[in-house]
Amino acid sequence: MRRGPSAFNIASVALGLAFLYAPIVILVLYSFNASRLVTVWAGFSTRWYVALFQDRQMLDAVWVTLRVGVISATIATVLGVLAAIALTRSRSRGRMVLAGGVYATLVMPEVILGLSLLLLFVAAGLPRGFWTVTLSHATLTLAYATVVVQARLQSFDRSLEEAAQDLGCPPWKAFALVTLPGIAPAVAAAWMLAFTLSLDDLVVASFTSGPGATTLPMRLYSQVRLGVNPEINAVSTLLIGLVATGVIAVYLIQQRRRPSP
Amino acid sequence: MRRPRTGLAAILPGLWLAIFFAFPFLLVARLSASDSALSIPPYAPRIDWSQGVAGVRAFLAALDGETYVRLTQDSLYLDAYLSSLRLAGLAAGVLLLIGYPIAYGIARCPPRLRQALVMAVILPFWTSFLIRIYAWVAILKPAGVLNAALGAVGLPTVDILNTEAAVLLGLVYAYLPFMVLPLYAVLDRQDESLIEAAQDLGCTPLQAFWRVTFPLSLRGAAAGALLCFIPMAGEFVIPDLMGGSETLMLGRVIWTEFFANRDWPAASAVAIVLLATLVVPILLFEREQAKVAR
Repeated sequence: MRRGPSAFNIASVALGLAFLYAPIVILVLYSFNASRLVTVWAGFSTRWYVALFQDRQMLDAVWVTLRVGVISATIATVLGVLAAIALTRSRSRGRMVLAGGVYATLVMPEVILGLSLLLLFVAAGLPRGFWTVTLSHATLTLAYATVVVQARLQSFDRSLEEAAQDLGCPPWKAFALVTLPGIAPAVAAAWMLAFTLSLDDLVVASFTSGPGATTLPMRLYSQVRLGVNPEINAVSTLLIGLVATGVIAVYLIQQRRRPSP
Repeated sequence: MRRPRTGLAAILPGLWLAIFFAFPFLLVARLSASDSALSIPPYAPRIDWSQGVAGVRAFLAALDGETYVRLTQDSLYLDAYLSSLRLAGLAAGVLLLIGYPIAYGIARCPPRLRQALVMAVILPFWTSFLIRIYAWVAILKPAGVLNAALGAVGLPTVDILNTEAAVLLGLVYAYLPFMVLPLYAVLDRQDESLIEAAQDLGCTPLQAFWRVTFPLSLRGAAAGALLCFIPMAGEFVIPDLMGGSETLMLGRVIWTEFFANRDWPAASAVAIVLLATLVVPILLFEREQAKVAR
């Protein structure tokens, strides 16, 4: 695989990336369009951003979504790190059961997950609202966090941790002092991924949310159903900017930590 | 050296998944055997705990397969079932066809560039799914960006929003990163000396690709196809926003039964049918993952 790319290779990659990015670029461009119509370019304007910041319901939804995202991503990352340790290092039979659960969550259609979680909360008598969405999102994102951390743990050199243990360090302390700092970028990436997935989720949130806990995707969805609206382009652009900044930052941190080849 | 008890780390996530993932499926299965009723929550029977064992027995006696019988009587459910599988299967096929050249192209690039390209493929996945589908609606709608561009160069306009073609496009677009990444992972790991050996033995580069690279990459193709097919079969947002009223998929049926008709037992029964259909693909996917992890 180490020969240079052919013209065909370059063309496929370029076309693929164009396909992935074209809709996003168009969306961002039109958020600055003065006209309400998608097809008419009436000059550069930030009026939709101004309108957005005066939309009380939208801002409330953003606040709910951010809180749900931070709390659920933190729960998912803690559980994900534990699951990743068990999956990469344990040799017990429970490992296979846990792996089965993690990969099943990863591919499970969200409608099934949302419906089953809702029935759980109804059966447990929990009123639907902020906390039910948060618990559901932790469940939804746990598998992704696990996979990200697991990939890093698998390639992590264990000899340093073993050396620490040989020198008398208890295993948990060797892990916390040697391995954890080494996999920190992956843990950060896992948290970011869980956070963005929570920020993004419409289906599970719609099933498990209640009055007073409308998340941003739920709000966006009810607006999108009414038709295309430049204010949605504006809020989308802000979201894309926020996430892209975070992701690129994590990527650059990882690049700097890695010794150059 | 003392063996660390790493198995203990599995307890917390294992419990979490048991409570929030595995156990609720039993509730869905139970509810799918109940009848819908005008109460809150809208189903009957419910267990009457005050009567003890007799209450449980009365509850079990009232459970029947009535909801499932209803599913077979209305052709809407069968249509939705078949079109879910057909569209998800078709989309997985198209994804393989366009995902493979992209993954292969990235694997052929110099290492520095490769990392950046993988990052570029993942990045759209990190931006809101709902928003990306909404962007397509703005592009494809009759007075949208695409038709404005086609009109400007004098080409006939197209009207594909609210058709199956639009749903297919949406599925392919949204799931492309999930197809490219597993394919790239196997292609990147492939030993280059195998290709050199094939060429030394007289293969042309194209023959070497077909006889060595391609067969060795089939595992990644299977992983990618399953990773996409399973969630696509239950997709809700894409058929709802990009498909017309005639494009029924099971995810959409579950949503409508639940939110519009408030028929929780029917939504649960459809969910159980979908889950039963996906059990085999999910098990295949898990077997592949277990092999890769080893």
